[in-house]
Amino acid sequence: MEGSGDAMIRLSRLNKSYPMGSSKLHVLKGIDLSIAPGELVAIMGASGSGKSTLLNVLGLLDGYDDGDYHLDGQRIGQMSETKAAGLRASLLGFVFQSFNLIPFKTAVENVALPLYYQEVPRRKRNKLAEEYLDRVGLADRAGHLPRELSGGQQQRVAIARALISNPKVILADEPTGALDSQTSLEVMEVLRQINATGVTLLIVTHEREVAARTRRVIRLRDGRIEGDGPPETAFGPPSFAPAAFAQASPAPLAATPPS
Amino acid sequence: MFELDTWQEILDTVRKNKLRTFLTGFSVAWGILMLIVLLGSGQGLSRGVEYGFRDDATNAIWMRSGQTSVPWKGLRPGRNVQFKNEDYDVIREGVKGVDHITARYFIRGTLTVAWHGETSSFDVRAVHPDHQHLEKSIVTEGRFLNPTDVEEHRKVAAIGERVKAQLFKSAPAIGEYLEIKGVPFQVVGVFTDEGGEGEQEKIYIPISTAQRAYGGANNVAMIMMTVGDASVDESQAIATDLRMRIAERHDFDPDDKRAVFISNAVVEFQRFVDLMGGIRLFVWVIGVGTLLAGVVGVSNIMMIAVKERTKEIGIRKAVGATPFSVMSLILKEAILVTGVAGYVGLVAGVALLELMSRSLGESEMFRNPEVDFGVAVSATLLLILAGGVAGFFPARKAAAIRPVEALRDE
Repeated sequence: MEGSGDAMIRLSRLNKSYPMGSSKLHVLKGIDLSIAPGELVAIMGASGSGKSTLLNVLGLLDGYDDGDYHLDGQRIGQMSETKAAGLRASLLGFVFQSFNLIPFKTAVENVALPLYYQEVPRRKRNKLAEEYLDRVGLADRAGHLPRELSGGQQQRVAIARALISNPKVILADEPTGALDSQTSLEVMEVLRQINATGVTLLIVTHEREVAARTRRVIRLRDGRIEGDGPPETAFGPPSFAPAAFAQASPAPLAATPPS
Repeated sequence: MFELDTWQEILDTVRKNKLRTFLTGFSVAWGILMLIVLLGSGQGLSRGVEYGFRDDATNAIWMRSGQTSVPWKGLRPGRNVQFKNEDYDVIREGVKGVDHITARYFIRGTLTVAWHGETSSFDVRAVHPDHQHLEKSIVTEGRFLNPTDVEEHRKVAAIGERVKAQLFKSAPAIGEYLEIKGVPFQVVGVFTDEGGEGEQEKIYIPISTAQRAYGGANNVAMIMMTVGDASVDESQAIATDLRMRIAERHDFDPDDKRAVFISNAVVEFQRFVDLMGGIRLFVWVIGVGTLLAGVVGVSNIMMIAVKERTKEIGIRKAVGATPFSVMSLILKEAILVTGVAGYVGLVAGVALLELMSRSLGESEMFRNPEVDFGVAVSATLLLILAGGVAGFFPARKAAAIRPVEALRDE
């Protein structure tokens, strides 16, 4: 897998820092990472470990300082916003913790939005959007506004939106962070089904239960990759960590509350 | 297809953000409405003033005699000053800058005018031919009085159109004989006057004829003249010259304002021109202020709207919107809303002016409030442009925001 030419995502010695007044906050410190097509990966880490920043860089939502990033064989260097927008539209889908649906648009309109920017005619994109809503089990909620939907339903709408442009990679930033545990499991099930169709799926999470339902867990600590392997090896014996909100960090005493 | 789709997307956004749309639209519509009402009222006021001057020559000096009020060279005050034909001659020959000049003689008693048994009463003015230029009489048939009429004491008359209509009905008037206070006069011309119906009920006859026929000797009641295109200062110099000459001929103090009354229309007209200029300036200052307030209001709302939409913009960018498409969405929306609202304001303003015009009627001081269409349209365009410009900077900023900033959880 390492260094293979057909990796979906490949990072080498990637660095990213944010300016903090006169100094800089070094967030990602030389990340090396390769993810093959069709993988289901969880990125875990304590608050401030750089996991969300990594996802933003991967999602072309944010730039990086140096190193290399290849997405689907293309080198992603400094690029214009317009080009980034084009790549995002064709390759990537996003799922956010706070759903990020447009509040004045109905479920079906939200799902259809990416196709609007791909210049798909209205009727066709609305029809497609209904199909994708059906796939996440919300066919009967098509005409509802986000505020008329429960959290889990909103997140499923967001997933349908991420799917509609037929992306190769879906990036999910704490997709269950705002949901109760039962709903979290339902949403994870939807994501797993999507991954089963061949879409590469990256989930940033701090929930062990979520990470346990992936096939590879990458643990970040202080901007560096600390661990990388299947979920069974990522965590200690189950008795070590409290069930729901355990940190992925192997030092349970250093645990900080979830962000 | 895509263009139509873009507008559908914009209309959708507008429809679903009614309050924002209403606030932007209202401030634009209100600004345009106020501007139009203001400009229209200014125009109405200035037209009202102009209307007051429609009748007579605006470069005229009128002179009426009065009574002396101060002693002069041993003569007691209280003497009547009586203009004579010689005064007219002296002014015509001697005062520089006088263009047209006429004297008027008032005929005493009731002025019954008769033709073929039709009898009526009209104002008969005994004048010189130049009177036509002072009163701006417009000859519609035949001719006005001429110098020969005066020299030969001809019994001829020029009659106003309403005189003709009342006495002659539809019969031809030229060549017919009218009896004015028992003396027959031949009608040589018919005239009209923009001063209104009253001015068309006049009859003009040669002053020399009237003086002879009605026992007026060589007395003159008033002398009127135009002064060409004399400036205010020049016209005042002429008025002073007139006063000096008349004072010398009639032995009174040249400073005695009650011995002779001189009214100088050049000065009056200049005063009104200044007043109109002042009104126009005032209206424009307020108008520009109103427009500026509108621009600031629209800019403000646009900035807040864009700020409020930061998250929405972030979402749009995350699902593939280019910075250009984000900017064009916001700008097109701004232009659509300000454009429609501007049009509504324009129509409402014009309607309100029309209403004002109807309810106020034809008053002397306020006539035909109307707004220059070009000005109204350019004001609307300016506001639309302002909305665009006001939307442009925040839109550009929004388009430049990295989606990750926009999507950061609150």
